[in-house]
Amino acid sequence: MNKTREIVIPGEKIDNAKSVKAGYGTYEEDGKIFSKFVGIPKKSGDFISVIPLSGVYLPAINDKIIAIVKDVEKFGWILDINSPWNGFLSLSEGVDDYVDLKKVDLKRYFNKDDIIYTQVKEVRNGGDVQMTMKTSIARKLKGGVLIKITPSKVPRLIGKEGSMVNMIKEKTNTVICVGQNGIVWVSGENIKKAIKAIRTIDEKSHMFGLTDEISNLLS
Amino acid sequence: MGKTEQKMIANGKRLDGRGPLDLREIEMKVGVIPNANGSSYVRFGKTAVIAGVYGPRPLFPRFLRESDTGILKVRYNMIPFSVDDRKRPGPSRRETEISKVIRMAFEGNLFLKNYPQTGVNLYLEVIEADGSTRVTSINAASLALADAGVPMRDFVVGLSGGKIDGTLILDLNGLEDNNSDADMPMAVLPTKKEVTLLQMDGRMNPEELKDLIKHVIDASGAIYEKQAEALRKKYIE
Amino acid sequence: MRKNYILDLLKNDERLDGRKLDEYREIEIEVNPVSKAEGSARVRIGKTDVIIGTKMDFGTPFPDTPNEGTIKSEAEFMPIASEDFESGPPGEDAIELARVVDRAIRESQCLDLKSLCITPGEKVWSISLDTIILNHDGNLIDAATIGAMVALLNSKIPELEDDKIVRDKHSGKLPVSSKAVNVTVCKFEDKFILDPTREEEEVFDTKMCIGVRDDGKVVSIQKMGPGSLKDSEIYDMIDIAIKKSKNLFKLVGKDGKKDI
Repeated sequence: MNKTREIVIPGEKIDNAKSVKAGYGTYEEDGKIFSKFVGIPKKSGDFISVIPLSGVYLPAINDKIIAIVKDVEKFGWILDINSPWNGFLSLSEGVDDYVDLKKVDLKRYFNKDDIIYTQVKEVRNGGDVQMTMKTSIARKLKGGVLIKITPSKVPRLIGKEGSMVNMIKEKTNTVICVGQNGIVWVSGENIKKAIKAIRTIDEKSHMFGLTDEISNLLS
Repeated sequence: MGKTEQKMIANGKRLDGRGPLDLREIEMKVGVIPNANGSSYVRFGKTAVIAGVYGPRPLFPRFLRESDTGILKVRYNMIPFSVDDRKRPGPSRRETEISKVIRMAFEGNLFLKNYPQTGVNLYLEVIEADGSTRVTSINAASLALADAGVPMRDFVVGLSGGKIDGTLILDLNGLEDNNSDADMPMAVLPTKKEVTLLQMDGRMNPEELKDLIKHVIDASGAIYEKQAEALRKKYIE
Repeated sequence: MRKNYILDLLKNDERLDGRKLDEYREIEIEVNPVSKAEGSARVRIGKTDVIIGTKMDFGTPFPDTPNEGTIKSEAEFMPIASEDFESGPPGEDAIELARVVDRAIRESQCLDLKSLCITPGEKVWSISLDTIILNHDGNLIDAATIGAMVALLNSKIPELEDDKIVRDKHSGKLPVSSKAVNVTVCKFEDKFILDPTREEEEVFDTKMCIGVRDDGKVVSIQKMGPGSLKDSEIYDMIDIAIKKSKNLFKLVGKDGKKDI
């Protein structure tokens, strides 16, 4: 494996605006489309976008992410969501029960340093990110190991219809939960090997033949 | 590195053997500070700068936060033993001004609207100074910002021009800087051919000044190619 | 809003106060308003009001120029001048202003620094040039540079008696051989605007401050603001500054008289 996908850099012209529209990671100027990032250009439908090879996580509605409880407040929880902003999980989005705040300590539900798999409910102006547990995937993650990867590389880790992550799970006998914010939770038998595979994907996501390399690494 | 009575150009060559428009040896590396979101090392001759970018991240103090955009903060700093006479730690007036003009060279070139309430911290540490430190810092800054995944309209290339013994030159070293008739640091957006930093000290006719600006813009393409190569190299072992 | 109105007017080359794009507000210069200073000047450009003074003291020369006096420029944006200014050490805008003024003066070589040497390598005259902003209504750098030039042109060197400075006697005037001014040229789209008010500065935030000597040489440039400039725009701005500097030099009379 040594061939690399085409890497574009900021300011590089990637297409003409006549043939395609400017998608994520690009901008249009004077009838041309340029990249905003160091990344891999990708055409889908009418749009050309650039998948960045680095950068922080920008929360978007419905993103499924892994968060760490940072603080327990009076009416909810402050979550570290691995982005420039904190997430906020309100009491009503966090638990189904009726809670009498006078009697119940919120730590009973989620305490500081708890790890949760949760979903972005709303992103309001000014970096106000509201989270919810009222979705089928949401749960507390117990035990396991957390690792961080470049958020834009999450789709590569997951693979087509989950092919990549499923392969890692099977061959290492682990449970893996991938947050779109670049936080990955791994639990089970061969955690070390699983982490090695995940790290390799993070570093080499722009290379061709990645699936084969991971397959070799795991066998 | 003070003033000298020596002729700075003889037989069309500069004291270090370069032709008037030649650049010094250039070295560029991306990803040199593991803790930073993006980083780089850039060396032009004996001028070397390390750049590190943290962010976008929550901005402190809070009153600096803006509800509709992220903001860029720049610190240009010379380390104490980067120069002949030890530079006292802490920002000097010169460094404060340079930090500001470098910020202005980048601010209009970054897309920070998607990052309200946040700040991008750009740290520029001059490790060794032999002239043209602010433009070398700009080259390092471009690489570090791109490496950090901060969205940018274009690269920013830094290059100094000057006039010495009546000749227009590029990429001044320290000795030339101290003995020039004029020196002019510039930052250029290499694919747009636009200028985002321009300072000049010295005495020049408007015609030669315009010629020098043109020389700097023309030469920026070669530096841009080196930057692009350095960035791609990070991903191609 | 006001900003949009300024931009609407600009389309027809008009401004809020009716000026042409390249027209300065009225400039008023007062010579030596502060008698304690070695030299001083008060400059008003419209509602912008600055006061500049020089003081001379003993200093040590820089190692690479043992036979030359020194000059240093500092600026204070005092809280009295604007609701945006706070007391405290100079911020980056004040530092930038002082350094841009300093550069135009220094690079014009208008001052014969060698004549300010007292004992080579040991003792020289050190000139402090302080700019105080009294009221901020834009274009501070142009005003401050005019003020600095007038203050220097009218500075008297204190007498030395037994190695002590006697400030009420003078040994002569500062030797100033030429003049320099800064002309700030703002750019918005394809228009160039001179002498912006503070309100205009917020809209036309990309500009070049161009230092010009009275022989037409460009002695310093500082591009300011976040925008970018094409080479042809830079060339035009340089030409505009050189042309306009001629009018400013008429005001900065060598004899220091108010000359409006």
